Amino acid sequence: MLVRFLKRLTAHLDLPLTGLLLVLLLLSLALVYSASGGSDAKLLANLSNMGIALAAMLLASQIPPQRLMQFALPAYTLGLLLLVAVALFGDVVNGARRWLDLGITRLQPSELMRLGAPLMLAWYLHYRQETLSARNYAVGILLLLLPVGLILRQPDLGTSLLITASGFFVLFLGGLSLRFILGSAALLAALAPLAWNLLHDYQRRRVLTMLDPTSDPLGAGYHIIQSTIALGSGGVAGKGWMNGTQTHLEFLPEASTDFIFAVFSEEFGLIGNLFLLLLFAAIVGRGLMLAAGAPSLFGRLLAASIVLTFFTYAFVNMGMVSGILPVVGVPLPLVSYGGTSMLTVMLGFGIVMSLATHKKLVKT
Amino acid sequence: MKAFRLINPELEYLRYRQRARVAALVAAILLLVLFVRFFWLQVVQYDRYHALAENNRIALLPAPPARGVIYDRGGTVLAQNFSAYTLEVTPDKTGGLERTLDDLAGIVEITDADRKRFQKLMAENKQFSSIPIRNRLTEEEVARFAAHRYRFPGVEVKARLFRQYPLGESLAHVVGYIGRVNAGDLENLAETGQEANYRGTDHIGKAGVEASYEYWLHGRTGLEKVENDSGGRAVRVLSRTPPTAGYNLYLHIDTRLQQLAEQAFGDYRGALVALDPRNGGVLALVSQPGFDPNLFIDGIDVANWKALNESPDHPLINRALRGIYPPGSTIKPFMALAGLHYGLRRPGDSIVDPGYYSLPGSSHRYRDWKKDGHGWVDLKRSVVISCDTYYYQLAHQMGIERMHDFLARFGFGRRTGIDLDGELAGLLPSPEWKRKRFKQPWWPGETVIAGIGQGYTLATPLQLAVATMAIANDGVVYKPRLIRAWREPGSGRIVQAAPQVMDRIPFKPAHLAIVKQAMVEVTHPGGTASAAGAGAPYPFAGKTGTAQVVGIKQGARYDERRVAARHRDHALFIAFAPADNPKIVVAVMVENGGHGGSTAAPMARKVIDYWLLGKLPPPAGAGPVTDSVVPEEEQEGEDRGPVEEPVPAQDASAGPPSTRAAGGQ
Repeated sequence: MLVRFLKRLTAHLDLPLTGLLLVLLLLSLALVYSASGGSDAKLLANLSNMGIALAAMLLASQIPPQRLMQFALPAYTLGLLLLVAVALFGDVVNGARRWLDLGITRLQPSELMRLGAPLMLAWYLHYRQETLSARNYAVGILLLLLPVGLILRQPDLGTSLLITASGFFVLFLGGLSLRFILGSAALLAALAPLAWNLLHDYQRRRVLTMLDPTSDPLGAGYHIIQSTIALGSGGVAGKGWMNGTQTHLEFLPEASTDFIFAVFSEEFGLIGNLFLLLLFAAIVGRGLMLAAGAPSLFGRLLAASIVLTFFTYAFVNMGMVSGILPVVGVPLPLVSYGGTSMLTVMLGFGIVMSLATHKKLVKT
Repeated sequence: MKAFRLINPELEYLRYRQRARVAALVAAILLLVLFVRFFWLQVVQYDRYHALAENNRIALLPAPPARGVIYDRGGTVLAQNFSAYTLEVTPDKTGGLERTLDDLAGIVEITDADRKRFQKLMAENKQFSSIPIRNRLTEEEVARFAAHRYRFPGVEVKARLFRQYPLGESLAHVVGYIGRVNAGDLENLAETGQEANYRGTDHIGKAGVEASYEYWLHGRTGLEKVENDSGGRAVRVLSRTPPTAGYNLYLHIDTRLQQLAEQAFGDYRGALVALDPRNGGVLALVSQPGFDPNLFIDGIDVANWKALNESPDHPLINRALRGIYPPGSTIKPFMALAGLHYGLRRPGDSIVDPGYYSLPGSSHRYRDWKKDGHGWVDLKRSVVISCDTYYYQLAHQMGIERMHDFLARFGFGRRTGIDLDGELAGLLPSPEWKRKRFKQPWWPGETVIAGIGQGYTLATPLQLAVATMAIANDGVVYKPRLIRAWREPGSGRIVQAAPQVMDRIPFKPAHLAIVKQAMVEVTHPGGTASAAGAGAPYPFAGKTGTAQVVGIKQGARYDERRVAARHRDHALFIAFAPADNPKIVVAVMVENGGHGGSTAAPMARKVIDYWLLGKLPPPAGAGPVTDSVVPEEEQEGEDRGPVEEPVPAQDASAGPPSTRAAGGQ
């Protein structure tokens, strides 16, 4: 009875992908523990976050794709309305209007859009797949730019760029003209100086200190300088787990969240980094394989977008910590400490598995 | 592009696969980019980042040594350390200095004087050095600050060793004091290659023994390799080279003798030096008035400094070795020896003193202190009654050259080499000196007054004591030394300082005997110090002296009562006892004290009585020493050593401490 129930429950899990994700989660346990200086409380909190995230993945894998498609328009609309509400009534925290106070709890609607936007686009392209034209792509781009514009105004550069990326992946895989893509890229490059003027001071500083972290070693450059020192001093073999001096002597800021990769690099060295890169490559590879196996266009587009967005997070985070990208406040997915991020990512992978495994039930 | 088109699912799927492959390829390239970056940081640039991380975390902290303790000969502590808490501020690390200080004042008491001293120290120190704002915090204040510590970056409570001089004003000129290391000190330390040893030390000897034995008292600084966190706080000690404490020093000084002598001065200014003629040990070295050396340790405040520095009594000048005075009649025993030595006088020869002396062919009268003269005076009597005329004549016959050469043997005009800084050489005039100094020839009249210790001749009380030692010791002159023994910090052995013979003057015993006998009779009835010598149960040899402060016109008479206090003559007295086996030599100088016999000689008597008989003066005139009882074994005034068994100096592996560090040793 129980065995049958468990079998049904796990029927839509992809075991290779689940295994790879579990390896990443184990890494997170070890690293957050180290970064927090051996805090048992943090270890337990991290474990419970993982439990919730795994349960979410399990549940999400059960949701049939048709149900997801039904969610697309309402979820997107709700998200958009909430973003407008934030713009009008949101709370200001740290100079950015991101939070919406619902009386009982506070909500960050931009988080909802991380899944909402690609879901909407994938559904839209799937819905119009018989008659896809330039007009449809134009609508798609508009559907993407609406929430991105609102989030950019909050201002939240990191989230808006990543949502743009996730939407772009849908459009790209959905057949957006290559000429259009290249043309837009050229146009963006030309408009870059104009965009520079639209950036907030702190965003400009982040870009500038990325280009020359030593210009502000105690201010904005401090994070990057200390994290590159952590990386570099890790060497080939690393200093060993729990032995990172940069981490344990508190030179490294935000060690258990955004900069957890520096902890990993310092303690496990280049060998560890190679392992982590291969792990991410395997997850992305397996994820794309699953996506390609999805029976519907909606499934293929959404699954691939989720996987590629996951990769983008990982790349941007590691690039930021190693000093080749600006500090944009992106966690290392599934490794950084933080319940919300972990939940969103695992939910996404649950959806990927659902999209790939609900074959017989779906007729296109 | 067409408005409508039917999508071929096969084609559409192929395009998806194609684009997904492109995405995967791009992802792979990006991962490769990351790997290249990691390789660059972790392999190519590893050394650089490794060094940066180590610099981040490891700091070398100096572990300052405990400064040597200074004792007197009986083990009385003259300078010691005690541990206390200070509140220290590193100005560079505070968010805002003024606000930090204001906030601190709400937690521990910070007076205006504290603030002023802090400002002064800040001006003298570097911005990133830790500067004390409050010393000697109470336990309660330490606890209160600890609770608020998080509010004060750059402020720390430190347990530090403080220097203290338990005797206060007493012996201030001998022991001296330490003060904060200043720019000048740092320069000196750099020149002698010692700056490394002073990392972590913020005090240095500034005066007295504290300064002259600085190298030995300081000790060797240890090293702590500590791991720092990003706040610069030491997390743990990685390795430690312990510091080596400084040498403990034992002085020849006898504190009770010293205090007795200080008391004897009362309100007089002046100096007294008592030496042990058997080894040159300084038993007492008084310079009155004194000062409280404790004021100087952490920077003296403005009011106290002004009071000390601008006082007409000049309490900061060590008169025993920096006060130079005409030796006056105390020069006469030495002149008598010179007369015998050059064969100009024989013991039996007498002259008639009419009360004055005139150079041949001159009407100018060099007057004797006794207006009508002393009548028939022989060599011995010339000392006993201090006949001026006798020495006017003798000086003229001897000539300045011979006088200079002979007196120079006693150390006049030359530093004695005592182990204290700042000693003056005094002045023993010669025609050569005068030519150089004034570009003038020497006049015969100047020889005449030099014969009674007036004119150009100047000597410190210490020099007088050393010269007296030469007579008392039959020509053997020891270098005057404060240090008697020292304790090696490593082995704990106590090593005796070996006496250093400066000179052995080949006097004829017969000549010495006459002069010594004359000096003994000075304290007998009929002598100039008969009052001071009355009832002495030991042969008490001495010589009075009076040094003019202002010149007296020809024909005028010096009337003590009509002269302003500060224009009165200085009173001098040199002495040794027991005359047949001297154990103590004393030189006393009382500024504006009038006559040596009445003011200075009784002081010497008190000192010698105590030293030879263990006798303390009657309670009336005595100070802190009155109620102390001299232990039985000290009654003889015997040479008392420091507590533990001494090791002879020649057996010691370490050489005797010298007052100056030898190079970068």
